[in-house]
Formats: sequence, structure tokens, C-alpha cells
Amino acid sequence: MQFNRRRSNHRVESHPVGLGLADGLGSEGSTPTSDGPTAVPVSVSRRNVLKKLGAGGLAVAAPALGLGAMVKPENAQEDRPALGPRGRVRQWGMIIDLRRCDGCQSQGTPPQCTLACIEGHLAPEPMEWIEIYENEMSGGGTQFLPTPCQQCENPPCVNVCPVAATYSQPDGIVAIDQERCIGCRLCMAACPYDRRFFNWGTAPVPPEALLADYSPAHQVPAKRGTVMKCDFCTDLVRAGSLPQCVQACPQDAIYYGDLEEDIATNGVEVVGFQDYLTRNNTYRLKEDLGTRPRVHYIPGHGEDVGRDPESTGRLPTEWPWADRAKGAVTWER
Amino acid sequence: MGEVTESPKVHPGTGESAWDDRLDEHVIAPVKRAGRGYVLWLVGLSAMIVWGVFAYSTQVRDGLYVTGMRDRISWGLYISSFVFFIGISHAGTLISAILRVSNASWRTPITRIAESITVVALVTGGLMVIVDMGKPLRLYQMFINGNWQSPLMWDMFAITIYLTASVTYLLVPMVPDLALFRDRLDGRVPRFQWWIYAVFSFGWRGNTAQKKSLTKSISLLAVLIIPIAVSVHTVVSWIFAMTLRVSWNSTIFGFFFVTGAIFSGIAALILVLAVVRRRFHLQEYITSVHFEYLGYLLLTAAMVMLYSNASEYITKGFHASEDDLFAFRELFLTEFAPLYWFYFFGGLVFPILIVAFKRTRNVIGLSIASAFVLVAMFIERYFIVVAGLRVPLMPYEPASYAPTWVEWSVFGAGLALFLLLLTLFTKFFPVLAVWEMKEEHEARMARVPTEHEAVEQ
Repeated sequence: MQFNRRRSNHRVESHPVGLGLADGLGSEGSTPTSDGPTAVPVSVSRRNVLKKLGAGGLAVAAPALGLGAMVKPENAQEDRPALGPRGRVRQWGMIIDLRRCDGCQSQGTPPQCTLACIEGHLAPEPMEWIEIYENEMSGGGTQFLPTPCQQCENPPCVNVCPVAATYSQPDGIVAIDQERCIGCRLCMAACPYDRRFFNWGTAPVPPEALLADYSPAHQVPAKRGTVMKCDFCTDLVRAGSLPQCVQACPQDAIYYGDLEEDIATNGVEVVGFQDYLTRNNTYRLKEDLGTRPRVHYIPGHGEDVGRDPESTGRLPTEWPWADRAKGAVTWER
Repeated sequence: MGEVTESPKVHPGTGESAWDDRLDEHVIAPVKRAGRGYVLWLVGLSAMIVWGVFAYSTQVRDGLYVTGMRDRISWGLYISSFVFFIGISHAGTLISAILRVSNASWRTPITRIAESITVVALVTGGLMVIVDMGKPLRLYQMFINGNWQSPLMWDMFAITIYLTASVTYLLVPMVPDLALFRDRLDGRVPRFQWWIYAVFSFGWRGNTAQKKSLTKSISLLAVLIIPIAVSVHTVVSWIFAMTLRVSWNSTIFGFFFVTGAIFSGIAALILVLAVVRRRFHLQEYITSVHFEYLGYLLLTAAMVMLYSNASEYITKGFHASEDDLFAFRELFLTEFAPLYWFYFFGGLVFPILIVAFKRTRNVIGLSIASAFVLVAMFIERYFIVVAGLRVPLMPYEPASYAPTWVEWSVFGAGLALFLLLLTLFTKFFPVLAVWEMKEEHEARMARVPTEHEAVEQ
């Protein structure tokens, strides 16, 4: 699988810098069951796999399928927020350096962050939880704008949800409980960033999605009639790894970190979160709305990776399993 | 049952006049008569409902995928018709409660119909929001995990309270009339039907103590229901206004929606009255004066609508943010222009002209104007919802939306359900407020007519 190749080859796993942050992140980090960033405890997966496939041998396939983080560990601790070194709750945030984003024009591929996100979350078509918008600049030319859920501190979606199916976690992440969502879509009307996705029909997902234990931390498998969105990969982070998009960015343009400990990393270098914001004149999207996003942008148009702002367009995203699900339907956004 | 219609009987102990007897007969007549047209009408409506249920079953099977809605325009015909029907429900409150509180005695013969429209429209509107849900079976979550911060939560409470209040407000003034049906129809209608009359007339005998407490209850209910009704449509507008969308996030929305609700409510009432009066031969009670007065109310509401529109669009258009300009261009010039200008000329200007001229200010003219108002107000709800969602939030091409056959069928079923419930109500329940009309007739007979009234008669 292309998906596994990408992950196992990725530099994060051989990069002690990225892991240095990650080691202390998840509460499982200190338990002996975890021996590496991607080798999440999978022991209980057997039950689930056996139940669903009736084949014991396949249980060991779960980690190989990349479901590691999506299978609940024995003593599931995902209800508890991840703690920092001084016992404080982590406050996740993101910095996206637009000077380094060229929409993967130089790679000749669709944006890698989006692809990794889709593969890592088994996201149904046409959901791009991190979407690369192409924004026209006032002086002509365009910039690419990778847009995950902004993880607002004053989230309009959470405010309007009638059943509190979408909620702010203690770590600042806005999550959705698809087992409670009634599908009214008021949150979609409320989100000013177009970052919410509805399962209009039975979406195509790879068969292995059905093996995952559902949890709001990893919204797999997709549930028809409910809303989904970027979850900041808190399940991966808990397991000591960086989010899919951060890992996948070939230009290392995305930093992920903890505002509480005041550090952030793109997998290559560690920076002080606040300091990096100040030094780079960051801004947030639609700041005047008062949503207080946790995603910060460093202004730019890919100049640091040699992109000409006049070279517009990027390759469209593709879903690798579009033709693998029988009876499933896709739709346009 | 045709033979029992003649020979009005004299009732022991009441000393009713011939006028009273004729009124009784007129009100009771529909219960006993069922023509072929009526049966065809019921069959037609039921067929529409069955078709709508079939369409909805495909939506249950395949998900909301079968609708034209998608992520970027995530509400459409269903939510528009929800807003529309909740709006219609304001017919009862305005005509009945506001006119009652202000002692406008001309409203007496039309209150019952107005109140029944309220109840029926609320039931239909409530269903339209449920068909829009991705997981309708999880509705119970609103009761066990309700988030008080959510406008939808306020909405559910406002609508259920309003429904309770308007059922009560329909029922309480009907008690003496149900007692009339109980007394006059014993043995002439199916047992269950008579039992309904008997139970819901709550042992009404018409003695002084009962009359006194009834009058008191009605006055109290009339006062209570006005703020409830106003709150309902305000809260409906807040579903939209509490979001950060440029076309919706406006302080005038509550007022605007309430005005629109009253406007469409009056139109619905005029149209239903015209049909009921013709069909049940109630020209003697529901006169051209009623239509004239309702016409004036319609005109007033249309003026207030124009004012609200002007206030909203001029305020926003003056500074004209980029998103405002996009919304305006689409509304006035391109995408939604045909809808908007139909609403403007057909739904606001045309009714104003109809009412303004004496020659057209009659039953037929007003019925046509009301039909235009209803269509225009539905369109207005539609473009508020869809055009509001179409304004792009991020750099992407504006999405488009067109309802599918499933949505049209479910909407048609909603309309049919509204008409069916209304038809059944007028068939089985007194369509005029008989008791109140008698009281007023008596009072009118008792005093010397003023010069003005003498001229009128």
C-alpha cells in the first residue's frame, strides 16, 4: 500500500527532534505498552477484527494496515487530555508557513498534506479536511492557503450545536461525536471557514476502515448523516507522532505544537511557539470574527521554495479507494 | 344523512332566536354532508402524501445524498418550507389574539379558522425540519443532551411551547361550540366522533359561572400567546442570524421574520377564508367587510416588509463589503434576481395595489393577491436560505443548488398534509366561533343601533 510506504519511509520516524516533543505528549508515552511512535498498542484489536472478519490471522494485519492509532488500547485513555511536563493540559496549535507552501507544484503531485490526511483518516471523497485554497493576492498572482479546521477557541460550530455533539476539548481541539450528531448541519452554516463536511450518502472508504474502533478522536468509519472535520490528529499525537499533514509536507511548512509548553515542531526543528509567531508576523484567518483560531499563518506565497506567484493552479486531490467500495457514492462539495 | 338538515329545533331553556338557529345549522351542516368533490379532494391530498412518504423512504435508504443539498449549500427546500410554515402559523395569533386584545369585534367569525391554521401550520413546519435531519431518530438527544447555547434548542422549545399554547387557544374558545355539537349531533355521527365532542366540551352547560371563567381564560390566553408567537419567529430567524454569514448576521432578522410571518399568515387566512366561506355557504357571517379589513392588514404588513427590506439593504449596501456586494449582485441582478423581483413586485407591490384600489379590493382580488403573497413569501424564505449559503466563505467557486424530485415530493406532501389537516378540521369541528357570535349578536340586538351602524345595515 502506498499509504504504508509513505508512513514508514517518512523522516519523522528517524528524527529524534520531532519525537523529542512527542515522547512526552500522550499519556500512553510512559506506559510500557508503547515501544515506538507508530507501534500503538493493538492487543484489543483482535477482538474487533475477529468479530468483523472471523479470521484470527488478520488481527496482526491491523497495524500493517495503518490502523494502529485507530484501534482502542486496552485501557483507553483518550477521554483524558494529554499533559505536558508540568502536568498541565496541552494546548495544541498550528503554524503554517505560507512562504514554504507551493501547493506541491514542485513535487508534481496533488498537495501531500491533503493526501496524507485522506489516507490517514480514511476520509471519504470529497472530504479534504485540510484543503489547499488558492487565494488571489492584491498585487496579482496567487498564494496557496492550506486550511485545516482552525480549532477556534470561540468556535461558532460548538456554540450552535443543539446536542453538544461538537465540543471543545480541554486541549483546545474541537471534536465531533458522530454517535450523537443529529445531522442538522447548523454547525456547517455557522463555520466561517467552510471546514465541516457532511456524509450525504454512504461514502466510499477502504474496507479496513470498518476494522477501526470508532472514537471522536479518529472519525473512522464515516457515519452517514453526520458531520466530520479535521481533528488535529490527537490520536496520532497521543501515540507520540506528528499529525498526518505535518509529517507529509515535503517543504516542512506546517508546525504543530503546544501553546502551554510553548514549543512547536515541523518534524525538523523545534521552535518556541509564541516567539515564532511574533518573529514571523503571523496572522489568523478572519480574525475580526472573534473566533480566535489556533491555526496561525506566516504570510507568503511559496517564495522560500522558489514558487512564482504567477504560476497558478495545483493538481486536484484524488481518493485512492474511490473504486474500492461497492455501492458507495461520491458527491461534489 | 341529508334529511336531517332541515327543521331547526327549538332548544329547551335557551330561547334562541331564529338567527341563532340558522347559525347553528350553518355550522353543523359540513359535519353531516360529504360530497364527491370532497372525497376526491381527500384522495388527491392523500395520494400526494403517500408519494411524499415514498420519496422520503428513498432518502432514509440512501441518505440526504438524494437531495440537491451539499456541503456548501447545506440547507435548501426543506428548511425554506420549515420557515414558511412556521410563518403561516402566525395567522392565528395576529388575527385572533391581537384583534381580541384590541377589542376589534369584527374578528369574531374568522378567529376559529385563523387559530386552526396556526396549529396545522405548526405541525407541518415541525415535520419539515425533521425530514431535513441526517439522523432524525436521534431527535431525543435534544432532550437528554440539549445545548442551551444553540438557537436550534431555543427553537425547539419556542415551537413546542407555541404549539401547546395554540392548541389550548384553539380549544378553549371552542368549548361551548363543541358542547353545541355534543348536544345537537348525539346519535347522528359515529360514536367516536361524538365522544370527542363530549370529552372536549368539558361538561359545558353555559351557566353564568362557566361563561365567566371561559371569558377570563380566553382573555388571559390571548395576552399570553402574543409574546410566545413573536418569540417563535424571532428564534427561527436566529438560527440564521446567529451565524457569521453576511446575509444572515443582522439585527433586523428577528423583526423581519416576524413581519414576514404575519404577512404570509394574513395571506393564508384570506385564502382559506375565501374557500371555506364559499364551500360552506358562510357569506352571511364572513362578509366582504372582513376581507376588506384583512386587506388593510395585508397592506400594512406589506408596507412594513418594504420598510424592513429597505432598512436592511440600504444599511448593508452603503458600506458594501465584498461579500455584501456578492450577495447583492446575485440577489438583484444575476442568480436569484428572477426570484427576488417576483417577490418584490408580485409579493409586495402587487398586493399593495390590489388593496389600494376600491375596485379590486374585493374577495376575488384579495384572494389573488394573497395567493401571490404566499408564493412570494415562500420564494423569499428560499432565497434567504439558499442565497445566504451561496456567498463563498473561502476562495472557492460559489456552489449551486437545485431541489431534486425527492425534495419537491416531500415538500408537496407537507403542503398536502397542511391542506388535509385543515380540511379535516373544517369538516369535523365548528368553523365559526358560534358562541361568541351569538353573544355579540345578542348584544347588538339589545342596544339601539348608532347612526353609523344603522346606515351600514
